[in-house]
Amino acid sequence: MYSFEPNEEQQMLVDAVGKYATNDLRPAAHEAEESRELPKKLIGKGWEIGILQASTPEAYGGFGERSAATGVLAVEEMAFGDLAGAYAVMTPALFATPILLAGSEEQKQQYLPEVIEGDWRPFTAALIEYAFDFDANALRTTAKLEGGEYVLDGEKAFVPFAKDAEAILVYANLDGQTQGFIVPKGAAGLAVNDEREKLMGLNALPLYRVKLDGVKVPVSNRLGGEAGHDFGPILASMQLASAAAALGVARASLEYATNYAKERVAFGVKIAQKQAVAFMLAEMATEIEAIRLLTWEAAWKMDAGKEDAAASAYLAATGAADMAMMVTDRGVQVLGGHGYIREHPVEMFMRNGRGFAMLTGLAIV
Amino acid sequence: MTIEFEAPKPIVQMQTVLQTVADNMMRPVSREFDENEHTIPWNYIEFMHTAMKSMGGSGGLTPRDEKPKEGTEKRPPIGYQLLAAQIEMLAWGDVGFYLITPGGGLGGAAVQAAGSPEQRAKFLARFSEDKPTFAAMCMTEAGAGSDTSAIRTKAVLDEATQEWVINGEKIFVTAGDKSFTEYEQFGKGFIVVWASIDPSAGRAGMRAFVVEAGTPGVKIVKLEHKLGIRASDTAVISLVDARVPYDNVLGSPTVEKTTTGFKGAMATFDATRPLVAASGIGVARAALEFVKEKLAENGVQIRYGLPRNKQTSVERDVIEMEIMVKSAWLMVLKAVWMADNKKSNALESSMSKVKAGDVTTKVTQKAVEILGPLGYSREFLLEKWFRDAKITDIYEGTGQINRLVVARQILGYSGSELR
Ligand SMILES: Cc1cc2nc3c(=O)[nH]c(=O)nc-3n(C[C@H](O)[C@H](O)[C@H](O)COP(=O)(O)OP(=O)(O)OC[C@H]3O[C@@H](n4cnc5c(N)ncnc54)[C@H](O)[C@@H]3O)c2cc1C
Ligand SMILES: Cc1cc2nc3c(=O)[nH]c(=O)nc-3n(C[C@H](O)[C@H](O)[C@H](O)COP(=O)(O)OP(=O)(O)OC[C@H]3O[C@@H](n4cnc5c(N)ncnc54)[C@H](O)[C@@H]3O)c2cc1C
Repeated sequence: MYSFEPNEEQQMLVDAVGKYATNDLRPAAHEAEESRELPKKLIGKGWEIGILQASTPEAYGGFGERSAATGVLAVEEMAFGDLAGAYAVMTPALFATPILLAGSEEQKQQYLPEVIEGDWRPFTAALIEYAFDFDANALRTTAKLEGGEYVLDGEKAFVPFAKDAEAILVYANLDGQTQGFIVPKGAAGLAVNDEREKLMGLNALPLYRVKLDGVKVPVSNRLGGEAGHDFGPILASMQLASAAAALGVARASLEYATNYAKERVAFGVKIAQKQAVAFMLAEMATEIEAIRLLTWEAAWKMDAGKEDAAASAYLAATGAADMAMMVTDRGVQVLGGHGYIREHPVEMFMRNGRGFAMLTGLAIV
Repeated sequence: MTIEFEAPKPIVQMQTVLQTVADNMMRPVSREFDENEHTIPWNYIEFMHTAMKSMGGSGGLTPRDEKPKEGTEKRPPIGYQLLAAQIEMLAWGDVGFYLITPGGGLGGAAVQAAGSPEQRAKFLARFSEDKPTFAAMCMTEAGAGSDTSAIRTKAVLDEATQEWVINGEKIFVTAGDKSFTEYEQFGKGFIVVWASIDPSAGRAGMRAFVVEAGTPGVKIVKLEHKLGIRASDTAVISLVDARVPYDNVLGSPTVEKTTTGFKGAMATFDATRPLVAASGIGVARAALEFVKEKLAENGVQIRYGLPRNKQTSVERDVIEMEIMVKSAWLMVLKAVWMADNKKSNALESSMSKVKAGDVTTKVTQKAVEILGPLGYSREFLLEKWFRDAKITDIYEGTGQINRLVVARQILGYSGSELR
């Protein structure tokens, strides 16, 4: 059957996240971006909504089952409020969800309750590398089995909350395969840059460069245990989160531009009454809807265990990156000169909008 | 309800069947009927009529009102979804042929949307009879295309005979010839003519009239020669003192100071726009698949999953085309799913048409470019699909008109606030 309506439970979650996004994240977004600081209380409040908790089974401290479809709904809604804030709230999922998806039973028992049951704490993951042709399936950071341990070497970039992280799930290249390794706080050879990354956007989110110089972890810290895991579903879940976040940011830009266009008068009419502006808005809305459905379908495929789920997630994320750029660019355009001024959020949406092409790995559903 | 994308079984089965039809009855003769405009593919028409009847359908492409079997759980209706999927697959075969698939077509859709239950019963029954039967929709005039409120065709009630007397000229009538001309091979069809019963009332005065095939005073003036969809006849029809029975008016015969008459037309568009979008997407999918096939034959693999800056430009193009075609199709599905579930879908319906208009033209144009001389050659059907595709962005509301509808919806504007 085809159906395009979130179920009741999903709708309740979306409503709760939407309230937080609108009432808490958005009002704080500008100040957070300018001061490069997200209030801890703000993150804590988002965490308490329980997105991750609701997608973790009771056995591991949560109260539900993971669903990629529910995940993309929640991420879109959260990112609609503010991308940096959304990523911050959801950072622990970068660590927990791959363990839930691909971890050994032992790893689930050991880590999940610790992450899920308490307050928000910085558990994180390191995927991105600082190279123009960064490819999650061909990492430069390596893992080698030496003397019954894995030895990690390389450098990771844009790692959220790495400085204070309790543990980092580090992705490395093991014989050509991307594999995750759980690296605990303070591991020998692990060095987090003191200075935060400076990017075009996401300035409120503390991101760090992380060096791994012969970091040794036991075989049991390989995600999935000795046998390892399939990275495909993890990457696909990251791509879905990226697509969903792009939808949220794009929708924020469209909404702001739409409201502005209905107020702003030029040549005696509201600018929204000019086709040149109205058509931009119509196309923005159309593209958002197109990518939303592509993202939903990919998420549904993942939940239903369809063979082409990963390929669909890739298409959704690729399409979402273009869509977000197109929509957020126009968001600025609709505001004219005022769009260029940082008092309005559309320029930040535009900077965030560009990020989706290269920032897969900062969130996961 | 929940979010779900599993194609219902009836749709999957139907697609398999129609794929065979496309492969065997459409593709092999596509070129022939493109190069011999205005010849009629009798075989296809006859076959489709028989096939649709034997499949338990109405003998035409109209959404069915499902009657749940006694004692079975009522399933959610999928009539429009099934129809959209049928159309997409037929258009994948040949969109010109699809347009002359026997059945109610846009004329039937108008009766469906604006007619009373009695009128539906009376006018739609013919499509499941022995002979293939057609109906067409006549809105456009030389002076009234996008601006349908400018139509000049008039209908006046002759009080003495209780007949409507219609005068005017309609252009660009798809399947106008097959619906109106009394071919021996076809059943008696009809055309639905939009006319004003009160020109001073503007849109409120507009009504649709069912005009039976062969009605005196009505004439097929000419058949257009076109860029594409050449298997589909596009007729100019003149009406001079054409008389139709009183009961052939769809909707209320009196003019209140409301826009109910025009709402009938708009309701028709909400229902048919996603279907037209579906027909475009069929063409786009055909082009995309052909490109991938030819590339594969030439040893070019599309490497999915690579970062863009590691891909070739052909890989990027093909992946983009795939994203376009897939997402456009999902928009159609959502719009028809809403129609099936009686949700108001004016926004989604027009959005799906905007998207399909863009996607269908872009994808076919890019496909020809990618394949270079092979794309441009008439040895293959790709160049034909390029020509066929363009109509998607024109009829059933141009891309611009549908953008207006979308914009009005999201801005909460009326037609006068954004024109
Ligand atoms: C960094 C910066 C430096 C500048 N420097 C100067 C300067 O030195 N001196 C100076 O005088 N000005 C300056 N400007 C102002 C600049 O020229 C205006 O911002 C610009 O002309 C647009 O006007 P606006 O911002 O009021 O946008 P608006 O006029 O409000 O336009 C908003 C949107 O509506 C669209 N729109 C408006 N009218 C129509 C229409 N009739 N049909 C279709 N679309 C329409 C616009 O294209 C735009 O997308 C500067 C602006 C910036 C941002
Ligand atoms: C092959 C074919 C089959 C057809 N089949 C049928 C049929 O079966 N029944 C039927 O009734 N009609 C049919 N049509 C007619 C079709 O619906 C019209 O051609 C279409 O609505 C556009 O009208 P037009 O050609 O008069 O263009 P115009 O309305 O003259 O438009 C010309 C251009 O102006 C733009 N434009 C117009 N108004 C606006 C506006 N307000 N804002 C911005 N841009 C605007 C249009 O988008 C277009 O780009 C068919 C047409 C063709 C070519």
